[in-house]
Formats: sequence, structure tokens, C-alpha cells
Amino acid sequence: MRPTALGLYATAIYAFLHLPLLVLAVFSFNSSRLTHWESFSLIWYKTALGDPALMEATFNSLVIAAFATVLSTSIGTLAAYGLWKKKARWLTASLSVSLVTPEIVTAVSLLALFQILFRVLRLQLGMHTVVLAHVSFCLVYVVMVVLARLRTMDVSFEEAAADLGATPWQAFCYVTLPMLKPGIIAAALLAFTTSLDDYVITSLVAGVDSETLPMIIYGMARRGVNPAVNAISTIIVFGLGILIVISQRLEQQK
Amino acid sequence: MTLRRIFLAPAALVTIALFLVPMAIVLAYSLMTRGPYGGQGMPWTLENYQRFFDPLYGEILLRSFWIAGETTILCLVLGFPLAWFLSRSGKRRDLYLQLVMLPFWTSFLVRTYAWVFLLRDTGLFNTILLSLDLITEPIPLLYNHGAVLLGLVYCSLPLAILPIYSTLERLDYALVEAAADLGAKPFETFRKIVIPVSAPGLRAAAFLTFVPSLGTYLTSDLLGGGSTILIGNLVQNQFTTARDWPFGAAASLILMAIVLIGLVVVTRNNEDIL
Repeated sequence: MRPTALGLYATAIYAFLHLPLLVLAVFSFNSSRLTHWESFSLIWYKTALGDPALMEATFNSLVIAAFATVLSTSIGTLAAYGLWKKKARWLTASLSVSLVTPEIVTAVSLLALFQILFRVLRLQLGMHTVVLAHVSFCLVYVVMVVLARLRTMDVSFEEAAADLGATPWQAFCYVTLPMLKPGIIAAALLAFTTSLDDYVITSLVAGVDSETLPMIIYGMARRGVNPAVNAISTIIVFGLGILIVISQRLEQQK
Repeated sequence: MTLRRIFLAPAALVTIALFLVPMAIVLAYSLMTRGPYGGQGMPWTLENYQRFFDPLYGEILLRSFWIAGETTILCLVLGFPLAWFLSRSGKRRDLYLQLVMLPFWTSFLVRTYAWVFLLRDTGLFNTILLSLDLITEPIPLLYNHGAVLLGLVYCSLPLAILPIYSTLERLDYALVEAAADLGAKPFETFRKIVIPVSAPGLRAAAFLTFVPSLGTYLTSDLLGGGSTILIGNLVQNQFTTARDWPFGAAASLILMAIVLIGLVVVTRNNEDIL
């Protein structure tokens, strides 16, 4: 494409979108604590990976994300299938509203719920509450992605299965589910990355023993200079980036 | 019981238990009185809502509206030309589109932190300006209205570009050429053809940038510090440090009411968003 004003403009916008993260990644390899470039070094990666609190938080985040992903993906896939041929007005409406609810509102409403429950059940905030909260906000993403996939599919395959004597359950298991697989994996990856990244809701419903990676990063970012945060951030961005590219490939797969 | 009902049951249970019931609790709390040691109790009252007529809190509400409005306008103005570029980019379109979406899908927290890294007193911008002797002491770039606005625009821009692009993609370019052939000036073509065609996309883009910006908590906290208290920070603060849950609940519901109005306006002519 020849360089036009529009092309230059697009380049500028792409720079605006990508440069901050690139600069952050470059400086995570800087040996100095300051923002002056000194020399290439992996010291901040060593610092980050050697920090027990950070490692524990990473472990917590992965465990929470794994549970939240498995739960929200199975529940959401079933729901998307249920909503495919016939709508359920109140469920669709509630899911839509939950999709646009500001995170902080979701966070305080769940905190209020857990507080009431704990008065009755004598439990405390912890990993289980974080998992529940994550399932609740991941669910709508899963439904959205799987439903989009279902809408591109042909209903007649299931009808053919039914004509050949399959029960609805068999038609689902042996016909629709295999065809849905790329959509389900894409939804699971989306749920996983969303769960891994959440700070606002997690910070309000996490207990003392369930600090997550975003909570540690947030605390460090508020305290100020710490290149170890750059290193961790770079790992996260690349890790999530790879997952997202895989998920998009799967979504487009025919 | 049909298979469909069994399949919908778990999602219905999660939605009721973890969304509708919590919202109902917040609604109830917002109508209660704060207890002497925090907590909430009787009598029922509207006082928590009335406090938003107090200039102190009214100002927070107005400021949130203002910054969300600024973010929306900036995102639409900056995003439209890029969406146009994408819709006319031919073979490489998928790649260009992925390049827009990639930063959006990577960590929200890290993207905000990247601006802390760039803008703070010892950050990259100040270091560069200092070493070039353009300034003698760091200029305060962080912890102000502008920094929050920048962070919001940065995070919302992909969300604005995508819906505008998807309407522009369907624009029949022959219409634009026909208008030009018939003597329309470029601006006239833009106003009478391009804008009406892309109106649904612009509306969706405005909604997708306005709503998260209005309810933002993380961006204003990390980039604004204490200087830019928005309604999201007010809610968080009432539920944590201030321990005034009824007031925090009222603030949450005002936020929800605005979001729902927006949702109704956006989905007026269209189908469901799911």
C-alpha cells in the first residue's frame, strides 16, 4: 500500500496501541533499577521468579483460573446449547445485563452476598469465593462465544440424527458437541485469560490466603518503581497473547 | 423435563444465585440505614440516594460523566479513521484487525501499569526529557485528570474501533462513488452517506466505551491516585475503608441505572446483545 495520510494515521494509532507494552517489555531486560538503559540482563526475571509471595500468588491464580474455566465452560456450553433453538428471555436478559455491569458493582454485590452467607454458614472468604465470583463473570463470555459458534452451524445435522433414531442426548453428544469443539476451546481460553487477569472483583472477594497475581502486581504498581513487575508483566502479556492467538485461530477454524 | 431445561438449569442457578440475588441484596442495602459501627439496618430510607444532591458527591458523579464522555468522544474520533482504514485495507485486513484486538485481549492491569511506567516522575518520558535537557525537573504527568483520560482512551479504543469497522465493512463503496459522481463534496458524502450507514456501529462503540469508563475503578485508582475520585472509586471506598455499605450500594445502583438506560438505547432497534 502506498503511504497515504490514512496509512500514516493508522501507523500512529498502532504505535499508540502497541508501543507502551513493547517499551515495558524492553525495559524488563534492563539491568538497572532506573529507567536509563544500562545493559541486557535477566536479573528482574530471576528476582520475580525467586519471590515466594509472587510464586504463591501465581499458583493461586492458576488454580482459581483452572477451576473457574472448567465450571464456567461446562455450564456455559450447556446453556448456549439450550438457548440455540429457542430463546429463554429472562436468562438472556440477565446474562446481557451481567455482561455490561461495571466490575466494581459485581464485586460489591458478591461481597454483600458472601457476607450474608457466611453469617449463616460460618465460612470465610478464600479461594472458593474467588472461584464462584469468577464463574459468575466468565459464564456470559462462554455463552457468547459458544452461541456465536452454534449460530454458524446447520441445525439439519441434528435433525438427520433424530430421523435416524438418535435421542436428543445422543444427537448432542455425537453430532453437535464434536462440531462445537473449536468454539468450546476458544471459550475456555477466553474464560481462563479473563479469570487470570481480574483484579477488581478478586480483590474484594479474596481472603487472606488467596492473594492472586493481579493483586500482587497491583500492590507493587501502587508502591512504585519495581522492574520485577515489568518482568512479570512481560511474561503475562506474552503468555496471554499466545493463548489469545490460539483461541482466535480456533474460532475462525471451519 | 426436556434436555433443554436440564441444560439451562445450571446457568440459571448461577445467574440467580450469583447475579440476581446479589443485586437484590445491594438494592435492599441501598434503602437501609448505616449502623453505628458499619453494617446496615432499619429504618428504610431514601437518604443514601439524596446524598448525591450534596455537592461533594454530586461532583464525583458529574466528574465520572464528564471523563466518560470525553473518553467516548476521543475514542469515536480517533477510532473512526482507523475503522475506515481497516474496512479498506484489502488482503491484510485480518492481520490489521488482529493487531487492533491483541492489546485489548492482553491483561487490562498490565496495560494500565504500562502507563504508570511511562508517566511517573522517574518514568520513561521524564527520563528522556531530562536527559535531553528540555526540562530541569520532572513534570508531573501522572496522578491527574489527563492521565486517567489517557488510560481510559488507551484501554477502550479497540472496543470503539471494532463495531464501527463492522458497519463500515458492510458499506457499499459504490454509494460513496455515486455521491461523488453526482457532485457531492467529500464532507457532504461523509455526512449524508457514511455517517447514517455507520450509525449503529457508532452507537455500539459509544456504549462500549462510555459504560466501562463510567464505572472504571482500576484506571482512575492507578493513574489518578487520589486526585481523580470517580463513582467506581466511591463505591469501592464505601465498601472497604469507609464501611458505609448503604451509601456504597446506592452509588452502585445509580451506576447500574445509567448502564441499563444506555443498554436500552443501544439495543432499541437491534436484537439482543448475546
